[in-house]
Amino acid sequence: MSAGTYAPRPGAAPLPRMIAAQTALETRMLLRNGEQLLLTVIIPTLLLVLFSAVDIVDTGAGASVDFLAPGILALAVMSTAFTGQAIATGFERRYGVLKRLGASPLPRWALMTAKTLSVLVIEVLQILLLTAIAFALGWSPEGNPLSVLLLLVLGTAAFSGLGLLMAGTLKAEATLAAANLVFLLLLVGGGVIVPLDKFPDAVQSVLGLLPVSALSEGLRDVLQHGASMPWTQAGILAVWAVLGLGAAAKFFRWE
Amino acid sequence: MENEPVVQVTGLVKRYGAKTAVNGLDLAVAAGAVTAVLGPNGAGKTTTIETCEGYRRPDAGTVRVLGLDPVADAERLRPRVGVMLQSGGVYSGARADEMLRHMARLHAHPLDVDALIERLGLGDCGRTTYRRLSGGQQQRLSLALAVVGRPELVFLDEPTAGLDPQARRSTWDLVRELRADGVSVVLTTHFMDEAETLADDVAIIDAGRVIAQGSPEQLCRGGAENTLRFTGRPGLDLGSLLKALPDGCGAAEPLPGTYRITGSVDPQLLATVTSWCAQHGVMPDGISVERHTLEDVFLELTGKELRA
Repeated sequence: MSAGTYAPRPGAAPLPRMIAAQTALETRMLLRNGEQLLLTVIIPTLLLVLFSAVDIVDTGAGASVDFLAPGILALAVMSTAFTGQAIATGFERRYGVLKRLGASPLPRWALMTAKTLSVLVIEVLQILLLTAIAFALGWSPEGNPLSVLLLLVLGTAAFSGLGLLMAGTLKAEATLAAANLVFLLLLVGGGVIVPLDKFPDAVQSVLGLLPVSALSEGLRDVLQHGASMPWTQAGILAVWAVLGLGAAAKFFRWE
Repeated sequence: MENEPVVQVTGLVKRYGAKTAVNGLDLAVAAGAVTAVLGPNGAGKTTTIETCEGYRRPDAGTVRVLGLDPVADAERLRPRVGVMLQSGGVYSGARADEMLRHMARLHAHPLDVDALIERLGLGDCGRTTYRRLSGGQQQRLSLALAVVGRPELVFLDEPTAGLDPQARRSTWDLVRELRADGVSVVLTTHFMDEAETLADDVAIIDAGRVIAQGSPEQLCRGGAENTLRFTGRPGLDLGSLLKALPDGCGAAEPLPGTYRITGSVDPQLLATVTSWCAQHGVMPDGISVERHTLEDVFLELTGKELRA
């Protein structure tokens, strides 16, 4: 490189370009990570196919796929917005990525915006894939797509808040373990593949307050039973979103 | 602007719990120069640099970088300052060129990424992800990330730690090129030779304070005295020799027939000693002048070895 190569010419790129670049990078990192794909793509797909084809769990009247598809969509949102985001962000914090980006021209709010956008991109891909598979398995959804969209957005907000809270406060290894454990527990106890009414009444009412239960039950009300808008579930998700994002904003540590 | 310091730290105090990491530190960094912040591990180098980078809030004192407050004016300052962290900072699944291109995209007028990759010998990293790069490659990538946005000022925290001699030299060359093109460079190091070779200005830090600052030459002259040694007949009259020497010099005979003159050793002093010897019929053998290094200066100032 010749003389004058390094002559200072500082400046931040325009914000939209920075956010687009950051979103693209975050999305690539998620798609390149095998463990992440296992959680976000392979497990939901396998569960959908397996439990639709084989009557392992009694899912009530109607085709199993009509019960399962909404639950699997809820699981997909949780796997990306909560589990995947918590683990990825936890390790970014541990390896100083968040710290280093904190010294770049990218403002922190823009980094969080990019993370959210990349979660949404992954979710769109997941939903396209899982919806296609569900249709192939004979799924016949009902209800208003806008209600579905609102529930998915609220669910994403609730899970993102909780995931970021975990990533920003715990050690990366603890986040990895806890996020996977929570994923597994909520998969079983969150109305995803096992209907909540299989649990005792007292347990049921508690489980119904979990974000994944609220999302899967809410989606089921719309997609399986054609309800217009399940406000109770939407309300539960909104409360989780406010609490989770609020706590994450307050307690998140960048290093 | 030329004469205004690019970094001005005044009375900086930073505590972590009960431990005081930086204790009333003052530091001024000249524009367009290479400034080395030198000190042993735990002296407060990284805390000082990270306060300048806006990562830490001072408990007391003020920090101004390019005239701005690194915390309050962070958004205006960050595009103008390049940062090399001591370690990490890259997605473990990102490739070297991918991360560098990304950082370039965050800037308005970045360097040519391909040329920079070539310059730093990162071309052979190919499709290797960050976590599989060697320590030296990670270090060079980190340096590249600090300069790709064409900053006015770069902070390099131990830029050559863990590098082999060849990579160290290549990093030194880059620092010189940056300086030649008008970039101000602040680097921390605990390598004396690095500070001596590279820096226009050296600030020696110990226990959270700057205990000496100046060019390597000034520090070696001022902080420590030089020594002139010779051998001759035992039992020379040291009192008479001292009278011939300028004020402030010392003369000793640590072993019979071995003489040591301490003081500001210059050609005049050498001439004085040899002419005194001539007057007294002494043939001084093995005359040697020991130039003090920053290492000696540091040892003298702190009573500690620098190398951790």
